[in-house]
Amino acid sequence: MTDPLVEMKDVTVRFHGTRTVHAVNGVNLTLMPGETLSILGESGSGKSVTLKTLLRLLPENRTEIGGEVRVAGADVLSLDGRALANHRGGVVSMIFQDPMLALDPVYTIGDQIAEAVMRHEGISRQAGLARALDMLTRVRIPSPERRMKAYPHEMSGGMRQRAMIALALSCRPKLLLADEPTTALDATVQIQILLLLRELQREFGMAMIFVTHDIGVAVEVSDRIAVMYAGEFVETGTVRQIIREPRHPYTKGLLAANLHGAVKGERLDAIPGAPPALETKPTACSFAPRCLVRQDRCETARPPVVNFDPGRMVRCIHAVEPAMA
Amino acid sequence: MLSYILKRLALTIPVAFGVSIVCFMLVHIAPGDPLTSVLPPDASAQLQAEMRALYGFDRPLPVQYGLWVLKTLQGDLGVSIATGRPVASELGKALGNTLMLAVLATLIGFLFGCLFGFVAGYFRDSWIDRLASFVSIIGVSVPHYWLGMVLVIIFSVQLNWLPATGAGPGGSADWAWDWVHVRHLILPAVTMSVIPMGIIARTVRALVAEILSQEFVSGLRAKGLLDFGVFRHVVKNAAPTALAVMGLQLGYLLGGSILIETVFSWPGTGFLLGQAIFQRDLPLLQGTILVLAMFFVALNLIVDIVQSMLDPRVQRA
Ligand SMILES: Nc1ncnc2c1ncn2[C@@H]1O[C@H](COP(=O)(O)OP(=O)(O)O)[C@@H](O)[C@H]1O
Ligand code: SF4
Ligand SMILES: [Mg+2]
Repeated sequence: MTDPLVEMKDVTVRFHGTRTVHAVNGVNLTLMPGETLSILGESGSGKSVTLKTLLRLLPENRTEIGGEVRVAGADVLSLDGRALANHRGGVVSMIFQDPMLALDPVYTIGDQIAEAVMRHEGISRQAGLARALDMLTRVRIPSPERRMKAYPHEMSGGMRQRAMIALALSCRPKLLLADEPTTALDATVQIQILLLLRELQREFGMAMIFVTHDIGVAVEVSDRIAVMYAGEFVETGTVRQIIREPRHPYTKGLLAANLHGAVKGERLDAIPGAPPALETKPTACSFAPRCLVRQDRCETARPPVVNFDPGRMVRCIHAVEPAMA
Repeated sequence: MLSYILKRLALTIPVAFGVSIVCFMLVHIAPGDPLTSVLPPDASAQLQAEMRALYGFDRPLPVQYGLWVLKTLQGDLGVSIATGRPVASELGKALGNTLMLAVLATLIGFLFGCLFGFVAGYFRDSWIDRLASFVSIIGVSVPHYWLGMVLVIIFSVQLNWLPATGAGPGGSADWAWDWVHVRHLILPAVTMSVIPMGIIARTVRALVAEILSQEFVSGLRAKGLLDFGVFRHVVKNAAPTALAVMGLQLGYLLGGSILIETVFSWPGTGFLLGQAIFQRDLPLLQGTILVLAMFFVALNLIVDIVQSMLDPRVQRA
């Protein structure tokens, strides 16, 4: 049996500042090489913070990270200096939600890709630029030679995202993190980018963690889904398990909202109420205020975590015998 | 690019025209006419009229303006009333001296301003930032003629390391690039550099802090760049604005150095301007102001063009 590529054990992330934010509250995650997991959840549930933890991209001085994070055998939370820089982009790389903001506005696309390859592989600028051109061709950007010399603002949104993907894959990472990579794009371009990502993922044999608030997209790209709410995974399972037999009331709500004629891509706000402020560590079920089947004990203690088998988890008192709802 | 430059040039023409009108009118707005101050008070009316005709002051204003522009374009700025020498040659010498002083001061200011600003922006809200900000605020708010005098007291009077005034030994006006002359440049240049240093430091601090807060910096870290790699990107993002501010500062120093040049008796345009004002030397005043204003207009033009060449985001259409 192969070792898992990613292991997160009871990971917590807390931001200190004018007010404390408990952004991630005990996330457990195991990902095998080549596997794709989607993290599904509404805005503010801690998806981006979870991804950034894997790259240690959170502001060093005001972030407190607890638990254990291992990627490809390395203890991510204790990496620093050059080892951390080698991890970023070399082992794990990331596609951001808005490539317009995530690319340097005053460097050309070719230079930005070449720079990453030169940094990780110690090759010449010439070789770096050759790799950049090769990557732009692989992500099927029209006239790649011309795009090499283009600045981000000179390209369309879809092309920028392709360039971002080319950059992220240029050093052959083992794990690709994609943070809502299609949210900023038109519907038709969204589909093209999703298809491209799926294809490249197979071609490069990488694992991928895909963050989205769109169930349709999660089903489209992933093997497994983790549903996130208020900094916790409330339910995980294969795509089939999540769609066919959801057990957490939040997952059910999401699915129902999606089935009842919700347009694909609509935000997950079809469940009445709003997620909790994350100012204190949760001592009860975070979903209780919006839950239709809650009981008194949901508000006095944290619900039990029920693991059915590896990869299938539900955090709810009704996990075993589904409530009549 | 070329069309941008041409367009920018075309925009400069009306500005230059306006500036020339103002300079021309200066002489005519001042009470009396330019001759009153040189003619003896008891000069006969006939003599006054003859002199007026001789200098063309009896013609209609637009004609006078036209003739004045023609002469100016040929490099004839008239004759200094106080010294009787051509304004153009007085100005030429002074410009050379001021340029030297201003360029050196701007370079010193830019170097230290960037250093302080960068460190402050990079370590924002730390004690280093507060120290650097403190230094630059002092730089902006201390009266520089006062600073100049303090430096003179310390380095000339007390320590006797550097000369206090003039541009050469014994007040000689002929410059040479040797230590005997360069010594004279140090104190005024350092004093003057404090102004651009403070402003550039503040600009660069704000710039760096703003750039570092942008998401692309996360993007750079995410692809594995080390601190130096990120630094390169910050510099390239900050460069167009920082250089533009430096250019404008140079412009201000070229014209705005009356006090410092007077404190150090540095024979530059500021010193000349001061003399022209106190001696009511209108031709000299007019010529100096005209040339300084045109300098500033040209500098703005250059700054804009250079900035557009450095920054791919500036629309060149
Ligand atoms: N750098 C930060 N400093 C303080 N709070 C943050 C920071 N980044 C994210 N947060 C907070 O953490 C919570 C989760 O954010 P995020 O992971 O971005 O949510 P999303 O699921 O929409 O990606 C939010 O309440 C957000 O305000
Ligand atoms: S634990 Fe209770 S409140 Fe929370 S989701 Fe389950 S039933 Fe609802
Ligand atoms: Mg997010």
